[in-house]
Amino acid sequence: MAIKRGVPAILKRKHRRLILLLACGLGLGSATALVLSAFRQNLVFFVLPSDLAAQHPSPERTLRLGGLVETGSVHRSTKGKEVDVRFRITDGHTAVPVTFNGVLPDLFREGQGVVALGTLGADGTFHASEVLAKHDETYMPKDVAEALKRKGLWNPAKGPPPPASTWNTLTVPVTTPAAAAPAASAGGRQTGY
Amino acid sequence: MNPELGHFALALAVCLAAAQGIFGLMGAQARREPLMAATPALAVGQLIALGTAFFTLIWCNVVSDFSVLNVVQNSQAAKPLLYKITGTWGNHEGSILLWCFILALCGAAVAAFGQDLPSSLRARVIGVLGATSAGFLLFALTESNPFLRVWPPPPDGQGMNPLLEDPGLALHPPILYAGYVGFAIPFAFGVAALIEGRIDALWGRWVRPWALGAWCFLTGGIALGSWWAYYELGWGGFWFWDPVENASLLPWLTGTALVHSAIVVEKREALKVWTVLLAIATFSLSLSGTFLVRSGILNSVHAFANDPARGIFILALLGLVIGSALVLFALRAPALAPGGLFSPISREGALVFNNIMLCAIAAVVFTGTTYPMFVNLLTGEQISVGKPFFDATVLPLTIPLFAAMSVGPMLPWKRAALGPVLQRLWWAALAALCVGFLVGFGVRDGLVGLAFGGAVWLALGAFADIVERVRLFRLPLRESLARAAGLPRAAWGATVAHLGMGITVAGIAGMALATHVIVALHPGEGVDFAGYHWQLERLYDAPGPNYTARVAEIAVEKDGRRVALLTPSRRSYPVQRNTVTDTAIRTNLFRDLYAAVGEEQNGKVVLRLHRNPLVPWIWLGALVMAAGGALSLSDRRLRVGAPLKAAAMAKA
Repeated sequence: MAIKRGVPAILKRKHRRLILLLACGLGLGSATALVLSAFRQNLVFFVLPSDLAAQHPSPERTLRLGGLVETGSVHRSTKGKEVDVRFRITDGHTAVPVTFNGVLPDLFREGQGVVALGTLGADGTFHASEVLAKHDETYMPKDVAEALKRKGLWNPAKGPPPPASTWNTLTVPVTTPAAAAPAASAGGRQTGY
Repeated sequence: MNPELGHFALALAVCLAAAQGIFGLMGAQARREPLMAATPALAVGQLIALGTAFFTLIWCNVVSDFSVLNVVQNSQAAKPLLYKITGTWGNHEGSILLWCFILALCGAAVAAFGQDLPSSLRARVIGVLGATSAGFLLFALTESNPFLRVWPPPPDGQGMNPLLEDPGLALHPPILYAGYVGFAIPFAFGVAALIEGRIDALWGRWVRPWALGAWCFLTGGIALGSWWAYYELGWGGFWFWDPVENASLLPWLTGTALVHSAIVVEKREALKVWTVLLAIATFSLSLSGTFLVRSGILNSVHAFANDPARGIFILALLGLVIGSALVLFALRAPALAPGGLFSPISREGALVFNNIMLCAIAAVVFTGTTYPMFVNLLTGEQISVGKPFFDATVLPLTIPLFAAMSVGPMLPWKRAALGPVLQRLWWAALAALCVGFLVGFGVRDGLVGLAFGGAVWLALGAFADIVERVRLFRLPLRESLARAAGLPRAAWGATVAHLGMGITVAGIAGMALATHVIVALHPGEGVDFAGYHWQLERLYDAPGPNYTARVAEIAVEKDGRRVALLTPSRRSYPVQRNTVTDTAIRTNLFRDLYAAVGEEQNGKVVLRLHRNPLVPWIWLGALVMAAGGALSLSDRRLRVGAPLKAAAMAKA
């Protein structure tokens, strides 16, 4: 009798463990499926203006466009009560015109790093739904910084980067103490005491 | 107070923490009573040393001692006193010191309240806490020392990030950190139990209150952070699925699972191995959340290169703490005795389901948060996942979780049937369906309807359990009330916490109906939006202690009657060369009128106006959840005396 009663109990333990495993598998499986399908639709790629010129992504694709706000390119038009901002984002090679209907973030400045979330229109204008300015004042896209450093146009130890509007025409500066001094004082937050 | 005193106290704390770790772990292993008996004193000593260091740093900030580098970089003489105090933990070095201080507080709490624990378990728990503390204190002392001096001292500091000059900063980090660090105690209990090779119901009873306490703080901390982002950042949202926010959500999800699975360990001695794994995972996620985020590794890979020593130290420390716990788990977990049996449809089964769903959500959030970083490391490509990704993955997983949330508490332990429970819940289901359909058709958005229906289901389901237990309307009212008063506080706590979740879901659903408009107005002009007339009365400058503000005065009228006068502003901080928006919010608990002011152009000013229905409920619900946890924590059964009695009975 004891054996007869024991056998179903063991089966039951296995049976229950199986159900538990199935439930875990179901949870994990549905999570994986959801992640994979969401990745297919909702991955947002980070691009630089020169990438946009090279790739021509489809207008449905949401992108994050990063670079610097070209100096002198910001135009705000307030026709009636509408708000419309136009500016150009540059990476030193290519500049892309951007339109945005909204309040620019507090840290938005000409010549400083910015990331715009939106889509590229058929006319080559980027329609931003969101504009983020980097909290770091010295931010610039990594590729831009690398390019500038490689060309010898900017040395991070000597102060802030040159304004974005001048990148295409910059010449390698002759480093003299007189030229380095104002740059060092302008980057006061970084220099130690 | 001399900064060197703080520096010395910090170094002393490292030594005491190391001794606490060595005495606790080695003493328990060698069964040397004197060594074990010394650990509580060492834990208290570490707390006193760290308390001295922390208050010295606060003092340096209060008196603006600009010979201390940390004060120079993050403070200025003209800063208001409150922000001089709160600014202490508003920067990397200070926040890590606060983190270590709270960890020492945890060790001392176990020393003080754990007197009924078996001496070897207590020594090991305190030892694990001490060893962890020693590692992070060493980091604070060598790589992020807040007491470094500068010579000559500059006349004034560089000021704090103006975004952080806010009363929210006074509360948010300490409460959030108390939540993060509080999970170190269940972690230490888990590791100690693995070393001892024994976990029983008593272990569950000891762990649960600590996990619950940490969970309450974490819930409150996340809610405060979300509220701060809502009113301070001025974007009008409450959750941005930003890596920093996700880092706090992950331990909350696994911590919630832990609080529930610990019930099964306590009541039924099942799920023991799983609970230990959850305890380890929750603290590991807390650790990586705080440190990966603070050091900038998660946000961008090159922040790592800016300060390689800091990044590598932190990675090595995380690897050591998390890795050794997991290795120990792998070695010892198979030796733990398997737990009791239960049928899939039972209270245990429902709690297992809760754990599976919460962990699935955590896995999804974890993938979405870390995937961009891995892709960047492997291919150099920069991608990001935002709200659409998390909406598409998290929302479907919450539906079965919420559906089970009202049913689970009504199922009996061990073996149950769904039929009778669903019968008792029919009125809640009916109400949820009605509300869901009415709202869904009313706003022509099925998802919003579903969310409101879910909120009603959660809130009514929470009450249904109590209604059943007190047999409301079946017994005379007076008898029902007497039964309600006699219910254990843990039952009331669960009801209140589930109700809080319902309130939060309603708030989030309401936020989906939020509307906003961006307009440029001359002073004297107005705009009609969301059933209100918003009149820009005037623009003026107002000076502040260390900023100047440009204030817009907006009168909001409904049917010719003034509802609110909003005064949003933009503050310019000259020292930091920074501008911050200060939003204006008027709430009546059912909707927020929200205004932020932007730039000025040709005499017009850009305004962003929002009407956010039900949004305060999001944070209100979180507070109710935390209150539910606290209520459950006050249950007599969880108080210190109860385990002792149970142990005595077990012996007898």
